[in-house]
Amino acid sequence: MMIESAITVENLVKKFEDVTAVDGISVQVKKGELFGLLGPNGAGKTTAINILCGLAKPTSGTATVGGYDVQKEPEKVKELIGVCLQETAIYPYLTGAENVELFGDLYAMNKETLKKRRDVLLENVGLTGDAKRRTEKYSGGMKRRLSLILALIHNPQIAFLDEPTVAMDPKSRRDVWGFIKRLKKEGKTIILTTHYMEEAEELCDRVGIIDHGKLIALGSPEELISKNKVKNLEEVFINITGRKIREAV
Amino acid sequence: MKFQRVLALTKKEMKKTVREPAVLFMIFLFPIVFVFAFGASFGGVGGSQPAYSIGVVSMDQASLVNASQILLTALSDTNILNVQVYGDNQTAQNDLSQGSIQGVMIIPSDFSQSFASYQAAPNDPNLWTNATIALYLDQGSLVATQAVPPIIQQTLTAITGQNQQAYSSPFSLETASLIEVNAPSTFDFMAPGMFTFASIFLIMMVAQSFTQDRENGMMKRIRITPTTPTEFMISQVLSYSVIALIQAVLVFVMVYFMGFTPDVGIPVYAVAFTLVLVFSLSNVGFGLITATISKSSGAATGLSFLFVLPQLFLGTFVGSSLSSAAQVAGKIVPSYYVTDALTSLFLRGAAITSPAILLDITVVSIACIGILAVGIILYGKYYKI
Repeated sequence: MMIESAITVENLVKKFEDVTAVDGISVQVKKGELFGLLGPNGAGKTTAINILCGLAKPTSGTATVGGYDVQKEPEKVKELIGVCLQETAIYPYLTGAENVELFGDLYAMNKETLKKRRDVLLENVGLTGDAKRRTEKYSGGMKRRLSLILALIHNPQIAFLDEPTVAMDPKSRRDVWGFIKRLKKEGKTIILTTHYMEEAEELCDRVGIIDHGKLIALGSPEELISKNKVKNLEEVFINITGRKIREAV
Repeated sequence: MKFQRVLALTKKEMKKTVREPAVLFMIFLFPIVFVFAFGASFGGVGGSQPAYSIGVVSMDQASLVNASQILLTALSDTNILNVQVYGDNQTAQNDLSQGSIQGVMIIPSDFSQSFASYQAAPNDPNLWTNATIALYLDQGSLVATQAVPPIIQQTLTAITGQNQQAYSSPFSLETASLIEVNAPSTFDFMAPGMFTFASIFLIMMVAQSFTQDRENGMMKRIRITPTTPTEFMISQVLSYSVIALIQAVLVFVMVYFMGFTPDVGIPVYAVAFTLVLVFSLSNVGFGLITATISKSSGAATGLSFLFVLPQLFLGTFVGSSLSSAAQVAGKIVPSYYVTDALTSLFLRGAAITSPAILLDITVVSIACIGILAVGIILYGKYYKI
């Protein structure tokens, strides 16, 4: 049951004891949109993603993904989404291909489809030649790219990419950007969290800037830059908060 | 439930076992090395020596002198033997096979006659009527087999009024085994405990596996797939059961190679392997409890010894060699009942359907399933699967 709005978040709040990690966020993400959640480390981006994925329960507010309430129908949501975690979580004792096949099996994919998609995705991120090597021998960038494949092996309609390019070298980052652009062309709805403003400007249709759990700005990068009369999103953040994004922890 | 998911996770766990050197060593190589080391070099068993219960079946046809009564009184006076008189051999043998008593002594019909002949001519062996006392011993107890015959032999000598060192008497003691074990040795008495021993280390492996997967985010990654907690836990139990089975086979091959060759049938082996498998469930449960209370994989390794050590010391080498206090304490750990059942089956010749075996199986099954359930519930409560 897909509707025009792929994700709807209404007045979402998440508190950890006396800390409010997400503070009344409301936003809608359209089907096929590449939406960026920007903000410094600790702003509440990952907590928001965890709620949308069903990993955490909100203190209050509602969230629907693909039309399904994330609290009431988490199983339906899990079938629709693919999540690239911030942690590079892969099994080190399995090869790259075995990791991909394992997660394909966890999504109960048809064996033939799984093999074809595995090969395509490994090719797309440049890991075909290393697919039969155990991942314990992979570099950090290779692990990040594999992690991305694990999130997308089942061809999800909605992808959550939590800091997918963090700690990557510039070339790997450009490769991943290309990969994300291809996903967008395929019509997928993508939520991308990042604290790299240039990444958001390059990829996102719209961005939401989060600081201290609150949504402080929402719009397309061009709109926000124009509205704040600055040159880039980094300066948008400075203009609104008075701080640099990478200093503000 | 999708069997595809269960199978994929089980295969993943098996690959981990084979490919991670530390896991491979702890699960497979360590038990093999342990069995080899004990088989090759173990020379004695410590612990205090409790009293032994000996069943006596008297066939003696006493006439003027009731020598069998004199013998029974003398045996009781040693304070080492607890003498129980049986009306027939079959009942006594049943109790021996269940481990209730450590030996059965059969006093022959001509015992009093033999005693009288000795008293009539103590210095002329040619005039003695010789009598043979049969002694069946608990082959599952190293100390009983070593300690009981000399005590009885000395008592027999003592009732003739001779010096303890003198062995010239009309009585001879003949020991018999219920189960044939080639070249009985210290190792034979320990072998049943080896099966249990190997499986106990699953506790550490399970605890480490779960905490590592939590630390590196794999548990989180699996939680965002449609995999259900039931599918995940079934895959874990299945993979560790397979590992336990392989362990048991390897240990069996190793103990066989080291000379432990009990003459029992395939059904006994089947029951033994099933018991070890059921026992492995409790170790998965203890591993989950350890993983629940451990913040890191390093802590899990240390904390797992809270469960490993009691199972190891109280439950793997049970029998008369343990102090009476340790035997009582052993009854709180599942490994005690597994080792006891394997000892009864392999060494005492107990039937699969005998009360002692059925009791052990019942206790092991209830305890192990209960511990597994507690482990799953606790882990699920504090760390979502």
